[in-house]
Amino acid sequence: MTKSLKTVQLSHGGGGKEMDQLIKSVFFEAFNNPILCSEEDAAKLHLSGPVAFTTDSFTVAPLFFAGGNIGKLAIAGTVNDLAMMAAQPEYLSCSFIIEEGFAIDDLVTIVNSMAAELHQSGARIVCGDTKVVPKGCADGLFINTTGIGRIIYPDVSANNIVAGDAIIVSRDIGRHGATILMAREGLALESELTSDCATLWPIVEQLIAANIPIHAMRDATRGGLSAVLNEWAKASNIGIDVNESAIPVADEVKGLCELFGFEPFDLANEGTFIIALPQAIAQGAIEVMQRYGHCQQAAIIGHATSAHSGKVVLTTPWGSHRYLDLPQGELLPRIC
Amino acid sequence: MLLKDLYQGFRDPDTLHHLAKAIALEAKKVTGDVNIMEVCGGHTHTIMKYGLLQLLPANIRFIHGPGCPVCIMPKERIDHAAALASMPNVILVSLGDMIRVPGSNGSLAKFRSQGCDIRPIYDPLDTLVIAKDNPDKTVVFFAIGFETSTPMTAVLVEQVIKQQLDNVIFHINHVLVPPAIDAVMAEPNTKVNAFIGPAHVSVISGAKIYQAAVNNYHTPVVVSGFEPVDVMESILKIVTQKAQGKAELEVQYSRAVSYDGNQAAQQLVNKYFQVSPEFRWRGLGPIAQSALQLKPEFSHLDAEVRYQGRLPVTLIDDHRACQCGDILRGLANPKDCKVFGRGCTPETPLGSCMVSSEGACNAYYRYGGLNEEQR
Repeated sequence: MTKSLKTVQLSHGGGGKEMDQLIKSVFFEAFNNPILCSEEDAAKLHLSGPVAFTTDSFTVAPLFFAGGNIGKLAIAGTVNDLAMMAAQPEYLSCSFIIEEGFAIDDLVTIVNSMAAELHQSGARIVCGDTKVVPKGCADGLFINTTGIGRIIYPDVSANNIVAGDAIIVSRDIGRHGATILMAREGLALESELTSDCATLWPIVEQLIAANIPIHAMRDATRGGLSAVLNEWAKASNIGIDVNESAIPVADEVKGLCELFGFEPFDLANEGTFIIALPQAIAQGAIEVMQRYGHCQQAAIIGHATSAHSGKVVLTTPWGSHRYLDLPQGELLPRIC
Repeated sequence: MLLKDLYQGFRDPDTLHHLAKAIALEAKKVTGDVNIMEVCGGHTHTIMKYGLLQLLPANIRFIHGPGCPVCIMPKERIDHAAALASMPNVILVSLGDMIRVPGSNGSLAKFRSQGCDIRPIYDPLDTLVIAKDNPDKTVVFFAIGFETSTPMTAVLVEQVIKQQLDNVIFHINHVLVPPAIDAVMAEPNTKVNAFIGPAHVSVISGAKIYQAAVNNYHTPVVVSGFEPVDVMESILKIVTQKAQGKAELEVQYSRAVSYDGNQAAQQLVNKYFQVSPEFRWRGLGPIAQSALQLKPEFSHLDAEVRYQGRLPVTLIDDHRACQCGDILRGLANPKDCKVFGRGCTPETPLGSCMVSSEGACNAYYRYGGLNEEQR
């Protein structure tokens, strides 16, 4: 049996008996559903109306971090891309590229956390693929997930923001990037920092159910808050003003940024999203968000404006202004 | 220590407004402009990122100095790093965004993408782990930085010797702040009449290293921290001196800087390093006795000695259109440069003042437009 072996072997990717055992004992057991277990060449799906379709690959190091692991990330990441288009996540594909020698126990832990995360949205993995590559050809485990969701509310787009819209952030920013950085660098500092990694569909579903007219919505993943706001400013041809004092940031994240010379606005998030909607409804949206877990710190951080089109301007707590630019290149620490 | 303790208290809006008012009052008593050179790029970023210019009167001006280890690195030194990294069985390690700085044949990031083993590290001592994990390879530590980072290199040298690691060598590019100040002040057209000195350098070297500049050029020097309140308080100290017609050495960052500095760190640096006869600074040209090199008894650890004859010797000047040299000498503002924001951007930098996150051009590009408009 596959589980009697402690590590993944090249033979697990060979298409033979060992591969069949790995798929049945690890993947089918966790992702069990009739479409997947029918073992056809392709999943047969029933779709009607507008759908959202997205894909993402996950290559995080380390694979396990405070608040999640690569598996949770692979589900939450793709499901959130659908949720941000106001699409209910329904079907996912999942491809694993596994480095020879990877611990089976770790694989099972990761796969089980994927199954648990799927329960948050009700989406199902209906097809997949497994490749095993020789030692040294991959960094442990890579996962690709592709998702399809049914669009519930059709008018969400980065192009739809208008001057006067309120900009809301769902919770404190920069946690995922800071957590990964700390795990990677093994900083000997006191911190209970955890990633914000989470599925966002349940809260998006509540916003739609509350008839909140959402103009734009995006999860602030790589590139963080800065990237989302800059993309929106350009896509909608508007300016965005944000107030630094209003942006929630955990003390630990602020401290880490000081240490390395980073900005929390540039750090990645995996369960934090930004919404643009009419100012008049903003407080109502905040109240809906705060009623559900994960969004207690939801806050209006600024607004869209017809001034400085394509640019994001940050107002400091002491009243000066500066551009909040896109982050650039690799995140590398300052030298001195 | 808790992470949140690192920044608290130094960005208080009320304190900043109070300091701004006090600066404005003192500045009225000064005839002419106060042209402050912030030697270090870290201060440039504080001024631009936090919009401090907008809080200051018009006769307080800033000139951005040569104190960024990336900005002042001539291309031929990057070419050395690239040549070392291209050798078989060599791992090149370096701190921070050195990896993005263009040499004459591209940046270290480009060489890494072509298969060279080049690793950015956070802590020089990470080199020890890399060396132990790769006993069949030579690990070259490309050492950069001012007085601040030299002790870390000295600790690494000491550990390499103590642990008898025979596969770690050093390419030393440690430079010194006082000779750079002298080079700036030797410029006949210089407008600089005050300095903000970087606190992290003086944590190691002490405030004493600026005493000569105060005496020789009759300019105030204030050793300053990097938080907005630190910088504003330092500006107030400078303007107050100017209003009173004084030129003194002051320490704003008294929470960590003494006159004599960290003696143990200085001793460790002196144990392994000596002042080199000359170092060619990007933009400033060759400056005598402005850098460090390993002492002769440690030359077996020196990559430039070990690979003598195999490293490129051509001296590479800046791109003709690039004005980084004038900017580093305080003769030009980033926006004076014809290629600023056009041919030269952080994505496609012609000069290292644009590529370095500590660089004046980078700071102006990222934050500058609005600061200038609102000044």
